[in-house]
Amino acid sequence: MAAVIECGADIDTTPENHMSLKKTLSSASPLTLRIVAECSVTKARACDLVLPHCTVSTPVFMPVGTQGTLKGITVDQLEGLGCQICLGNTYHLGMRPGPDLIEKANGLHGFMNWKRNLLTDSGGFQMVSLVELSEVTEEGVKFKSPYDGKEILLSPEKSISIQNSLGSDIMMQLDDVVSSTVTGPRVEEAMHRSIRWLDRCIAANKNPDKQNLFAIIQGGLNADLRKTCLDEMTKRDVPGFAIGGLSGGEEKDDFWRMVTLSTDHLPREKPRYLMGVGYAVDLVVCVALGCDMFDCVFPTRTARFGSALVPWGSLQVKHKQYAKDLQPIDPDCKCPTCKRHSRAYLHALFKSDTAAMHHITIHNIAYQVSAGIAYSRVKVVIMCVFFFFTEFFICFKRADVSEKHLLQV
Amino acid sequence: MAGSRMKLEFSRVIQGRSRLGVLKGLGRNGQDSMEVPGCLLYTHFGTVPHLTQDTLHTLSNLPSVTQVTLSNIAEHQEVLEEFKDGFRKFAGLHDTLLYCSLHDPAAPCPTGYTTNKTVSVWGSGGRIELTVAKFMALQKIVQPDWYQSMADGETWQNNTSRKRVRKSVDRTLTHLDECLVVHQNSQELDGVEVFGVVEGGDILEERVRSARETAKRPVAGFCLDGLQTGSMDQTLRTQLIAAVTKELPEDKPRLLQGVGRPDEVLACVEAGMDLFESFFPFQVTERGCALCFDFNISPDPERAVLELNGGERDTAGETQPNGDHNLDDQTQMTSFEIDLKDKRYQDDFRPLVEGCGCYCCKNHQRAYLHHLLVTNELLAGVLLMIHNTAHYHGFFGALREALANDQLDLLKDRVSG
Repeated sequence: MAAVIECGADIDTTPENHMSLKKTLSSASPLTLRIVAECSVTKARACDLVLPHCTVSTPVFMPVGTQGTLKGITVDQLEGLGCQICLGNTYHLGMRPGPDLIEKANGLHGFMNWKRNLLTDSGGFQMVSLVELSEVTEEGVKFKSPYDGKEILLSPEKSISIQNSLGSDIMMQLDDVVSSTVTGPRVEEAMHRSIRWLDRCIAANKNPDKQNLFAIIQGGLNADLRKTCLDEMTKRDVPGFAIGGLSGGEEKDDFWRMVTLSTDHLPREKPRYLMGVGYAVDLVVCVALGCDMFDCVFPTRTARFGSALVPWGSLQVKHKQYAKDLQPIDPDCKCPTCKRHSRAYLHALFKSDTAAMHHITIHNIAYQVSAGIAYSRVKVVIMCVFFFFTEFFICFKRADVSEKHLLQV
Repeated sequence: MAGSRMKLEFSRVIQGRSRLGVLKGLGRNGQDSMEVPGCLLYTHFGTVPHLTQDTLHTLSNLPSVTQVTLSNIAEHQEVLEEFKDGFRKFAGLHDTLLYCSLHDPAAPCPTGYTTNKTVSVWGSGGRIELTVAKFMALQKIVQPDWYQSMADGETWQNNTSRKRVRKSVDRTLTHLDECLVVHQNSQELDGVEVFGVVEGGDILEERVRSARETAKRPVAGFCLDGLQTGSMDQTLRTQLIAAVTKELPEDKPRLLQGVGRPDEVLACVEAGMDLFESFFPFQVTERGCALCFDFNISPDPERAVLELNGGERDTAGETQPNGDHNLDDQTQMTSFEIDLKDKRYQDDFRPLVEGCGCYCCKNHQRAYLHHLLVTNELLAGVLLMIHNTAHYHGFFGALREALANDQLDLLKDRVSG
């Protein structure tokens, strides 16, 4: 059965925990992780992540609000869906409207009027995925702005400066991002550079008492490189760690191996953020592998194409088969969309108004944030995660993801 | 149909024309009412554009009548037929009355497709031709509280011939008679009311003829068609409305189709109109603008001083003078709004309208709306629709108050800035 362990100032007595606790307290970071429950079979844990704006229950799925907005959803609606932390994008916001304006607006919280937590990424991933890459040097990443063609250098210092202006509760280091399908010396180079850039980011952070800087573990699909990176980065006193460089098209078996290797060597008392992982199956497995935080554009992006996420997969509302289907998207779902509207109405509405997209977005966020993850959190707290996952996969009807993977854990 | 239950109860009639009161006897049970002059809630297929129920219900004092159009509904006939329980239930609409119109006032459709027996609407998949039989079949499955009868209103183009105008009057009367026959024999439409449609283009004699003839039929009220914004200037419109209302019974409501600009609304209320469609806030939203025209005429010493000292007034951007008669170009900005895409709002941290209590103004600033528009974010439409709807309905509230206190002229001055 699950063991309940409190990792807080007044409970820890073992020497090992005492040491790491001291380390956490001495840095006086604006982040505290309280482990509420741990599974005795898998590496899953349920925690309270205390951040400046509010406490976040983990495992947590963080919706992505790229440009300071969550695709047609108001901040009130987002709060109503139980979202305690969401993402903003340094690259996009750094371009428009720019850090100076956002500072004038009292940070990104003030600008979008979001009272809970914000996490900003460094801009590194967009540099690679979105723009014509000019050059990656030790200095930083040089690229051409898509808006005025000017050459811009995104250095670790510049990224942190923008994130300081945005005022997010969690900031990500600028890392040297390399696709997980790339092999060879470039992977090693990127891993070592990411460590050096981490140090530069730490030095550049103007607000260590208000903003938490997370490190990002790199190393591609190479176990040795990952291990080296883990050994080095965990020597730095950062409040949390992200597992980066994955979820980019690699084989699932390789993916999970790297995730579990990472969580094996990351400190227990600090949060683990698996970047860019969002499909329900991956979320559930990676919770079992010891990850606490997840983000992905998939739920909100797919909603705009009429794709609703459900426990048994997804439902393409715009397809003809739903034109006369009078059930809600998910009869068991308690979100505002499912409480009021049928698949048939939404199917028809897609032909008349953009609000149809908003209905699906609301449902998908509700599904990811409250249903998917909270469910697994409750299960961790109450019973053995192993049995929960078996149940989950039967529902999901995915034969390829089976107990075999879980037993590897 | 034995006399309709819908009845206008007046609290004031000014100069025998402008009417203030309550339209009673609405709904299947005849218990609902709405204040007049008033506007209907404009929707696409039962949804206020951009808004879900949560965002819609941040607005208070919503109109009690929701408008839906056959141009949105016609293509879904099959599914509604199978559903059987009416459009209101299908759309998840609670606590609202339903009015069904033929066309979408914000979506002018191609002309040249009406015949003696048919009119056409345009759905997402293209043109759908309606005979009276099909039109009435749709009303039976929609089950509105009231609907306009089928009409031929293609008279708004410049240079519509007299012959064509006469035809539109004749056809519309024939359609009305045929609709009424089906209506009276349909159990599904028991308790549902019909509005007759007055046509006649810009020809006075045809307008009078249409009004007189339509008034002879057992209808609960009247729609005035072919007078849309862009089809003629306000002077002519006022003239025609005045002539028409002389022929209509006093106690039956008059709905003016296709007119939504605040100045035109005021002029048409003065001429004797009661009900309007609220598509104007939607049009303003689609061009990334926010309604900001002043309709506050209550005496406020502070404001008087501010204005004396040339207090900050938003000047709306470049606007189109009213002389432009172009029904197709209702996308032009008016003097009643500000264009939030304009650079000047980039670092303007004030709400859209100072003192506006809507969700958008209570929570967000112009700079944020500007950012959302520049980055093409969906939330822009949501927030603007909330504000524009609130502002427009606030205007109607002010209009009723002005009529109650005999201050319509003062309101007209204020609104025209």
